[in-house]
Amino acid sequence: MSVRVLVAKVGLDGHDRGIKVVARILRDAGMEVIYTGLFQTPASVAIAAIQEDVDVVGLSLLSGAHMTLAPLVVEELRQRGSEVPVVVGGIVPANDLDELRTKGVAAVFGPGSSDEEIISTITSIVAHSL
Amino acid sequence: MTEPTAYEQWRRMYEASSLRDRPFTTMSGVELEGVYGPADGEFPGQFPYSRGVHAAMYRSRLWTMRMFAGFGTAVDTNNRFKEIIDSGGTGLSTAFDMPTLLGLDSDDPMALGEVGRCGVAIDSLADMRDLFAGIDLSAITTSMTINSPAAVMLALFIAQAEESGVERKALGGTLQNDILKEYQAQKEFVFPPRQSLRLVRDTMAFTAEQMPLWNSISVSGYHIREAGSTAAEELAFTLANGFAYVELARDAGMAVDAVAPRLSFFFNAHIDFFEEIAKYRAARRIWAKWMREHYGARDERSWQLRFHTQTAGVSLTAQQPEVNIARTAIEALAGVLGGTQSLHTNALDEALALPSKKAARIALRTQQVIAHETNVANVADPLGGSWFIEELTDEMERQAEEIFAQITEMGAGSMLEGCIKGIEDNWFQSRIAESAYRLERSFNDGQRIVVSVNDFEEGNEDEDLTILRITNEDEQKQRLRLGEVRQHRDDEKVRAALEGLKRVASDPDANIMPALIEAAKAYATVGEMMSTMADVFGRHVEVPFL
Repeated sequence: MSVRVLVAKVGLDGHDRGIKVVARILRDAGMEVIYTGLFQTPASVAIAAIQEDVDVVGLSLLSGAHMTLAPLVVEELRQRGSEVPVVVGGIVPANDLDELRTKGVAAVFGPGSSDEEIISTITSIVAHSL
Repeated sequence: MTEPTAYEQWRRMYEASSLRDRPFTTMSGVELEGVYGPADGEFPGQFPYSRGVHAAMYRSRLWTMRMFAGFGTAVDTNNRFKEIIDSGGTGLSTAFDMPTLLGLDSDDPMALGEVGRCGVAIDSLADMRDLFAGIDLSAITTSMTINSPAAVMLALFIAQAEESGVERKALGGTLQNDILKEYQAQKEFVFPPRQSLRLVRDTMAFTAEQMPLWNSISVSGYHIREAGSTAAEELAFTLANGFAYVELARDAGMAVDAVAPRLSFFFNAHIDFFEEIAKYRAARRIWAKWMREHYGARDERSWQLRFHTQTAGVSLTAQQPEVNIARTAIEALAGVLGGTQSLHTNALDEALALPSKKAARIALRTQQVIAHETNVANVADPLGGSWFIEELTDEMERQAEEIFAQITEMGAGSMLEGCIKGIEDNWFQSRIAESAYRLERSFNDGQRIVVSVNDFEEGNEDEDLTILRITNEDEQKQRLRLGEVRQHRDDEKVRAALEGLKRVASDPDANIMPALIEAAKAYATVGEMMSTMADVFGRHVEVPFL
């Protein structure tokens, strides 16, 4: 079974270059990728993740709102009884990493992350969460 | 009598120009001409302006060092503006936060976590007043980087200026107001394309009539390139959008020469040095030819493409961020050698956060080094005549013409309709995403090197950079401020103004600007004005695609 990934843009950030490139990289690596479009809310992402029965949620955030929005997505998922891991990509300063992990974010891919790093981290997170 | 040569004609224009009081010599004292080239060649200030729009170029006036800034509340950003001016910045450009860019108030539920984060939060006239407090808007021009709510922001700006006694006709500045590239690349859209274009039409007509010093649109390739396009796609999509606005104005009965001189452009300066310079030269040449030949412009100002340049945010690395100073310097130099009218240099820490005060100052200093130490401003188009640059300029033009043909075909002969169709069909969006993907593959398979990212990584562990932190307190502060505004205004006046706005919005032939100015003066908020219009116009949703 291939890994199913929901990639999502949550909040008001319209920068979609990263999410589209990463989505294709994950597809090239044999994963099934679902993209729900721009301007999603934490609740809409959680609902889509559950309905689509994905193995992992990938959020792309370049607007600086990651500290507010990423934990909210985790919360919305957990409230609905889902333990699906959440990973974040985008402009995330190193100082924010610890707090994001404490709040349930499984991995963060900052600027310059390689394709291999993203693929292998997601593969291993999914393997451990099953 | 023989016809004067191109050189002699240039010489006459050059001698009629006022010049900066500087020695135009090399460091070792070699006297320099204002430009070099064969007597029968093309010279700066001459159609089709491949070599620059002015005869004397930077000998008359250096480019405007226009630094883009905005974060937190209007008061925070006002302080940064003053720092920029104190450090020798010669222009301002306002970055708005995501809620403002999307026309939402700071207390909107969707604004949670985004207020003041990547720009300044502007909710009402009260914030606009704080933003420019103590800044002489007649001495420094300002640009507002906003699109979907551009008409609203212009109304607030006019209201603020008139309140402080400055007439609208005296206001100089630029509104980005380039909605087409929002659907294509930046994706901060609110209304559907045709309704948005009606607002663009209204701002063009209004400023052409009442604000002669105002640049109504800054047609922007920057975001197209940042979203992943190639240089030629940036060039072609941007100019196509520019032509589309000209057609929009023409179709609304405006004279081409009444609007075209007030269009300005905004390009990226990416790291491929010569390709960027060729792109700017090609842009001027294409615009001049098309404006004269396709659109019948007769005023030479309509032919002259003036542009702002910003160095490439996407070229910056989070690893070894100090190296970004070198990247930015090289990119900025390309902008200058390409003849830009104004320039923003990115700060070294922008792959991590908004710039710190120190990083922003270094970025401005980089421009000052280019302007005052290197002597590159002494000679116009110093690379003109290089076989390589001339061939690359021609190649950019060829590629752009191919793309124009595709767009006009989509629009059955109309560039405007082609741009709309291309947006609706995700044609632009797919091309940009495809180019971004191809570039990423070339980095990932090591075909292209990015220093500190996929090679030369020694030193990546150093982490001693102090970055700008924007706290949630700013968000809280802004919400409280908005609450106060709502409390102290005359609700009846606001209601009446919004009703008036709705009526005007419903009449597609009416100009919306007077109603927006009325609402701005009554302290209607950005969110209220935008949602009033959305009730009439509807909202745009992009069909997601991968």
